[in-house]
Amino acid sequence: MKSNSPKTSAARRQFMFDSAKMACGVGMLGLGLGLYAKQSKALPALALRPPGALPEDDFLGACIRCGLCVRDCPYNTLELAKPETPVATGTPYFNARNIPCEMCEDIPCVKACPTKALDHALTDINKAKMGVAVLIDHETCLNFLGLRCDVCYRVCPVIDKAITLDMVPNTRTGRHAMFLPTVHSEHCTGCGKCEKSCVLEESAIRILPPKLAKGELGHHYRVGWEEQKKAGQSMIDESKMIDLPDRLPEGAVLPGHYDPASGHTESMRGMAGSEAGVIPSHPPGLGGKP
Amino acid sequence: MSQMGNKKRIGADAVEEKGWLRAHKWLILRRLSQFGILGLFLLGPLAGIWIVKGNLNYSYTLGVLPLTDPYVALQSLMTGHVPEKLGLIGVAIAVVFYLLVGGRVYCSWVCPVNVVTDAAGWLRDRLGIKGAGSLSARTRYWILGMTLIGSAVTGVVLWELINPVSMLHRGLIFGLGTAWMIVIAIFLFDLFVMSRGWCGRLCPVGAFYGLIGRWSPLRVTATKRAACNDCMDCFEVCPEPQVIRPALKGEEKGVGPVILAPSCTNCGRCIDVCSKGVFTFGLRTNNPVSTVAITAQSEAK
Repeated sequence: MKSNSPKTSAARRQFMFDSAKMACGVGMLGLGLGLYAKQSKALPALALRPPGALPEDDFLGACIRCGLCVRDCPYNTLELAKPETPVATGTPYFNARNIPCEMCEDIPCVKACPTKALDHALTDINKAKMGVAVLIDHETCLNFLGLRCDVCYRVCPVIDKAITLDMVPNTRTGRHAMFLPTVHSEHCTGCGKCEKSCVLEESAIRILPPKLAKGELGHHYRVGWEEQKKAGQSMIDESKMIDLPDRLPEGAVLPGHYDPASGHTESMRGMAGSEAGVIPSHPPGLGGKP
Repeated sequence: MSQMGNKKRIGADAVEEKGWLRAHKWLILRRLSQFGILGLFLLGPLAGIWIVKGNLNYSYTLGVLPLTDPYVALQSLMTGHVPEKLGLIGVAIAVVFYLLVGGRVYCSWVCPVNVVTDAAGWLRDRLGIKGAGSLSARTRYWILGMTLIGSAVTGVVLWELINPVSMLHRGLIFGLGTAWMIVIAIFLFDLFVMSRGWCGRLCPVGAFYGLIGRWSPLRVTATKRAACNDCMDCFEVCPEPQVIRPALKGEEKGVGPVILAPSCTNCGRCIDVCSKGVFTFGLRTNNPVSTVAITAQSEAK
């Protein structure tokens, strides 16, 4: 058989056209799917992965959408994403405001995972990093308004480590303290109990992915006081330190200011142990009336 | 027996010859298998009886038997991720099973979408819908290849983003959401756009299982093909009609009676609808070139 006979040549042409048609059609489908896959990597900020979940990029390649983690969660926290959910279809997630993670000590969801999409190396739930709590709204948080709500602090399973109440003066009343819930990200597991229990209509504290919640210092940055602690002494020879006299506008007074030139410290106004000064503002109903 | 015009219903002869029950034997067994498997999965969430956990992608039965969908596992592997021990054992068990009984047994005996597309095929026949679009049955292999390469490129288990098979099965067990729309879309596609369009031409899951069962010993065989009266009922009812001809009409060409095409789903509908009892389940090794003697022998009995 001659390979260049008209019949085989036509058949070859037909085959090539058919293949090209197929490659183009399926290629288009592939392109669409690929772009959709890229989209699906953008996990919505409020959808949290189970404890031990690999970073989202790896997770979507490792999770086979079987739902065993969902089944073994005793609190029905987890669910599998439905097609209309903005989370990759069939993958497990939870919304902390609905049902938070109860941080089981034996971590059954991780144990159930057949693919290590939930990393079996996680054996201490306190080391989980499902996200980081962020007190996202300082305007509505009751503690920021000067009240003592404290609920997020009280429910935190890692209380006094992951969330502390930091006392600062309430400058509005001038005579009270505000107990500000403060998250320490190295201890926060992102379980979401704080977000769930926030008493507001919309939670003022929310679990965000660490990537959204955290800043990052320049890697060359050194924090002076930490370095000093490490070295056990000052990093410079303080005896050779020259402190120039501070030049202030005529008659200006800075409360609590130390002037090395005169060796004098200005008194603090309104603070205990310092000379009496004017209270910055009066609580309503108190001002002006003796 | 209702009739559409002059055309006799598919399998009418078989019903007359063998009775309704025997003319639907494999169909009934298949539906029992499909709904039985689904029922086992549903027993946990609905009744709190946990025999099987998970879904068709991966399941864990009675705390001893892991089963992993090898196609999903392969896509995951293509992204560079190796599953955990139980996941790997599950792949091995599933592959060995389908290697033996025929890969596309998954399609006809397990897959929930098969019920949908069979229903569409049945209705299409009843309504006498003909023609419309046609795609090569090889399209699914291209899609299969694309999903594997695509998984490697994107790092995402690609087909699972839109796989209607797992969406339906997972949906029935874990909550359907809008997955029903996709199921309806497939039903309408098969009904109006393309006969056997989804399972027969597009679905890469079936393509993959077909490849696993490429050399499976269990096959449908037209042992008594000499008795064929050319009623064409098997071609009409078969979801992959192209697989029958070489085996059924191979006597003169010296081709054995075993249906060797990997896309045969071992559904057994051809066995049901044949009034002459041409087809049967058999082993691929039992594939003599000529079957006239066998037919004559069994006729004599």
